[in-house]
Amino acid sequence: MSIQEIQEEIVDEFSMFDDWMQRYEYMIELGKSLPLIDEAYKTDDNLIKGCQSKVWVHAELDGDKLVFTADSDAIITKGIIAILIRAFSHQKPKDIIEADTAYIDEIGLKEHLSPTRANGLVSMIKQLKLYAVAYQTQLN
Amino acid sequence: MQATTLDVTAIRKDFPILQRKVNGYPLVYLDNAATSQTPRQVIDVIVDYYSRYNANIHRGVHALSQEATDAYEQAREKIRSHFNAAHSHEIIFTSGTTEAINLVANGFSSLLAEGDEILVSAMEHHSNIVPWQMLCERNGAKLRVIPMNQQGELEMDTYREMLSGKTKLVFCNHISNALGTINPVEEIIRLAHDSGAAVLIDGAQAAPHLKADMQQLDVDFYTVSAHKLCGPTGVGMLYGKEEWLRKLPPYKGGGEMIAEVTFEKTTYADLPHKFEAGTPNIAGGIAFGAALDYLNAIGMEAIARYEQELLAYATQKLQEIEGLRIYGTAADKTSVISFNIDGIHPYDIGTLLDKMGIAVRTGHHCAQPIMDFYQIPGTVRASFCFYNSIEEIDRLVEGVKKAKDMLL
Repeated sequence: MSIQEIQEEIVDEFSMFDDWMQRYEYMIELGKSLPLIDEAYKTDDNLIKGCQSKVWVHAELDGDKLVFTADSDAIITKGIIAILIRAFSHQKPKDIIEADTAYIDEIGLKEHLSPTRANGLVSMIKQLKLYAVAYQTQLN
Repeated sequence: MQATTLDVTAIRKDFPILQRKVNGYPLVYLDNAATSQTPRQVIDVIVDYYSRYNANIHRGVHALSQEATDAYEQAREKIRSHFNAAHSHEIIFTSGTTEAINLVANGFSSLLAEGDEILVSAMEHHSNIVPWQMLCERNGAKLRVIPMNQQGELEMDTYREMLSGKTKLVFCNHISNALGTINPVEEIIRLAHDSGAAVLIDGAQAAPHLKADMQQLDVDFYTVSAHKLCGPTGVGMLYGKEEWLRKLPPYKGGGEMIAEVTFEKTTYADLPHKFEAGTPNIAGGIAFGAALDYLNAIGMEAIARYEQELLAYATQKLQEIEGLRIYGTAADKTSVISFNIDGIHPYDIGTLLDKMGIAVRTGHHCAQPIMDFYQIPGTVRASFCFYNSIEEIDRLVEGVKKAKDMLL
């Protein structure tokens, strides 16, 4: 599936819920299914700055596709990073770089998109895309 | 439980913001230790200033300038009277506590020598640590930390032992922003003076809850931010004893702070203008005075009594939640509760409470050393003001329970 298709799938899933509590409960569930980062990669280098909770992200190439693993000490943050990774993992770096992330707004997490929000969703997206840029250069 | 000491229903009507909804729920505002809300009476003063007599102060010949100057100086006098300073020129308007502390730290940099010591309490806000670290880096003075115990109280015996002829300055908050501990400042000041050191007390968290008396405390410097006591943001005060303010060099250069300027030499203006370069936050200063009027009309003692009721009720109710731990359990504390729930990150609780219209603070509260002391990433902090109600505390407790159920 393309990034676009996965994002549409996520939007569909979230559209089933009609109140914020169900949405957050689902996000917490997704957080629990996050592909966890290997403990060895939980280093300061992999820590995303600008988050009130700690978020570590690791990326590696599998063929020409990028695979992400991550973790956070806060469960809602884990849910958010799980949503991002589900769309970006096992995708080509070029597609990740070009991906639009407007679906975050559509699933009712708009408040997390503010650049000043302490959870650093914007920083997370930026970091994932930076990995993609770095590996794209390597592939070239 | 029914609180009885204040007519909260009437008081709440003074605060327009308390009528609004957040995320579909009536707002429960419990982040008062960061910024308190502003009553109509104070907002009106700001509107009136800009509507009727906005002008630059201290230098105009025209009527508006004179009216603005009078109002601004009356506010200074109100502040003097509220804090019982000996002279109104001992009240310096600043942009807030942070600037006030920086002003003193900057002034002391010319008074300290290598080997001198500055003592700082273990429960300081970053704004009371960083300026002194910068100062020590500049002149080789040493910053030493007065430790605290598990309850979040300063270890006074250790403090006594730390004081020596080398100690030039002691600084400590009157009340800890993260824990709510009321520090024994009278004793801290007396002991420091006995060994010849000056004392700066950061009153940012204390001023909304109690009336500090400058002359009775015999404190050398005391700092306050208006936005924590129902006043506007961007204005505060530095109280300094006259002899100290005369000793310290000016902090900022500019208009207002000069007596005479030639290219060869400038003579500085007298106190307080020596420290008030540039056009100040005039409306803010006047509104600061109005905020004190508002608090005094209710009565600081009545406020303190009621807030203690809120604290006792909230502490009891929150403690009934299994796995909840309160940080800062000093015998003498103000209406701040910092807490965590086992196995849950404070950020998660804060996020879900926000979804329920309840505003709390999460994180390290600009007091990372305290969080390191307890080895936690941060806490959830609910801080109560006299306009908060028992019903709002019930909403908080219900909210925390709901968040816990969702997260565990």
